[in-house]
Amino acid sequence: MPRVGVFICHCGHNIASVVDVEKVAAYAKTLPDVVVAEHNLYSCSEEGLGSIKKSIEENKLDRVVVAACTPRTHEPLFRKICEQAGVNKYLFEFVNIREHVSWIHAKEPASATEKAKSLVAMGVAKAALLEPQQETESSVIPRAVVIGGGLAGLAAASSLVAQDIETELIERQSELGGILRNVAIIGPEFEDSKKLLDSYTKRLTTSPKAHIHLDSRVTAVKGFVGSFEVTVSEKGVAKKIPAGAIIVATGARELVPMEYGFGNLPGVITQLELEKMLAKGQIPKRAVFIQCVGSRQPGREYCSRICCNVSLKNAMRILSADPTASVSILHRDIMSYGTASERLYRQASEKGVKFMRYGLESPAKVSKKDDHLMVDVYDETLDESIGLETDLVVLATPMTSQEDATEVGKLLKVPLDKNGFFLEAHVKLRPVEFATDGVFVCGSARWPSSAREVICQGLAAAAKAAIPIRRGKVVIEAITASSDPERCAACGNCVAACPYEAIEITTIDGKRVAKVNETQCKGCGTCVASCPNDAMQQRGFTTNQLSAMIDALIKSTVEGT
Amino acid sequence: MAEFQPTILAFCCNWCSYAGADLAGVSRLQMPSNVHVIRVMCSASVKPEYVMKAVSQGVDGVLVLGCHIGDCHYMTGNHRTAKRIPLVKKLIDDMGIDEKRVRLDWVSAAEGEKFQKVITEFVKEIEGLGPNPLRGVRF
Repeated sequence: MPRVGVFICHCGHNIASVVDVEKVAAYAKTLPDVVVAEHNLYSCSEEGLGSIKKSIEENKLDRVVVAACTPRTHEPLFRKICEQAGVNKYLFEFVNIREHVSWIHAKEPASATEKAKSLVAMGVAKAALLEPQQETESSVIPRAVVIGGGLAGLAAASSLVAQDIETELIERQSELGGILRNVAIIGPEFEDSKKLLDSYTKRLTTSPKAHIHLDSRVTAVKGFVGSFEVTVSEKGVAKKIPAGAIIVATGARELVPMEYGFGNLPGVITQLELEKMLAKGQIPKRAVFIQCVGSRQPGREYCSRICCNVSLKNAMRILSADPTASVSILHRDIMSYGTASERLYRQASEKGVKFMRYGLESPAKVSKKDDHLMVDVYDETLDESIGLETDLVVLATPMTSQEDATEVGKLLKVPLDKNGFFLEAHVKLRPVEFATDGVFVCGSARWPSSAREVICQGLAAAAKAAIPIRRGKVVIEAITASSDPERCAACGNCVAACPYEAIEITTIDGKRVAKVNETQCKGCGTCVASCPNDAMQQRGFTTNQLSAMIDALIKSTVEGT
Repeated sequence: MAEFQPTILAFCCNWCSYAGADLAGVSRLQMPSNVHVIRVMCSASVKPEYVMKAVSQGVDGVLVLGCHIGDCHYMTGNHRTAKRIPLVKKLIDDMGIDEKRVRLDWVSAAEGEKFQKVITEFVKEIEGLGPNPLRGVRF
């Protein structure tokens, strides 16, 4: 008989303020095979893990169920503690009562508790039927591919090369540097961007480990962590690059505005156009910056984070070059996060930059008057309308996702958020990682980021990508499929269903049967559902285990009422 | 008689819809508490037998949620799901059970709001249909 231990997590107030954790634990004790049911304030804390381990040992548990948050972030942690207590990590089952219960039924504590009970019953039913598994290992191709040769990609590639890892840098343009090539000075410390880009580029061009592909695009990606095959079209010629890890550093682009007469009124320009002017030494006598153009409004709700700092930087550049210049910044909220930027904001005020707050409902009006531009704005703080004569109107538009982000996402099988930026596995617990092993993200492809943040993320992505490559091997999760030769009738349905050509019909002991190639199997279970004879089973998701979960649900709900 | 509270089972694939459900949680999107999620690696691994079993034993509704077509973590897994589940619906219908009790939909990892919408709509739909006539029937 299996000996199941159930551990219900309070997650502080996160779960326990909605779900009656003690009631769920008491219910769990009544379930078949359950030897012990406990509840912990924070199961994932050192104390919580320690008490789970102790309980496994004291109660001689051979199956462990934790009802807490999501397996997508915390399963490895609890599996590890099982292993430490001498229980095979595949004898662990996770029940999600936070994301799937307390957080989404916050105002229905009674029914949330009932649902948590059912989910625990389902988890216990599956756990009792779990079997220990042996993991296999596969080797890792000691090469990384970095997609995108902007600052993020350069930082990541330089770090990889410094770690002695063969690195292929794929850049779609004919030059490295990305969007930063159009920005001469980086805020808030006024650094020379060319110097920065040159130092990175030099590190790569002088390293025998770095291989730069310009005018190149990724056209196909196959494989999985440790053995990807990235097809690159370089100047129209297709090349196949084997790699162990992939970093997405495709950046973002400046939104081209539709508002304020952009495109019709000369003198109405974007931030990047201003960067080019300033780089050429063209200093306007009078300039008005308008913030949040095309962002923080219905349809594009997000704050692009960096535009306020960019405007502050450029306002200061104008005033440093010509202290008599007149500069105004029309904003909805100044977002100068970070000490250096906050200092810059203060300095800008002291130098005489005029800050005026406008509302979403009353945007400024830009018109042409004689040989200059006129900006009419309603200043919320002063509660009056103000007319500003100016030579230049600079529209601070947000960074938006790359045009082909969806396409890149599909090639790599990684998700985008609703704004089209790449969605990492977890912002706090797994930054710069995708849920898909071996694929990482950094820079503004992830979210509009400052140059410093981009570099940090590039280094972080490189550090994470280096882990499997330096180890030289990856562990394959033991969720692969296998066929029971006794039941298999060699119909071949599974062979046709498998997306990886991992199954073949072969002869074993004189009988024709399906056989799964374990190193090719990715554990999707498609073959299982196509088997008419129940011969094909996926480890950790067997038909017995899933049927037991359905039975437990019926028992605790339909039959319980 | 107490108000009808449907029992609903949802199969969510690990990579898209389970992650979408997690995102709904992280975003604190509120929804009815009738839906119980079973995590599978791919929606294509959901055997028709699971759906038939659940429905024939009185579960009021079954959802199968996967990645959008083209986004499947296993390349073409969900193409199978897209073909298979409509057939299951037909079988359910042949059994004399409203095929609306089984629904297939796509929810990406970024679609917490869609998850909330699908759950809310489906629960409402099942409430409208009333209890599964096979509830309590012993075969």
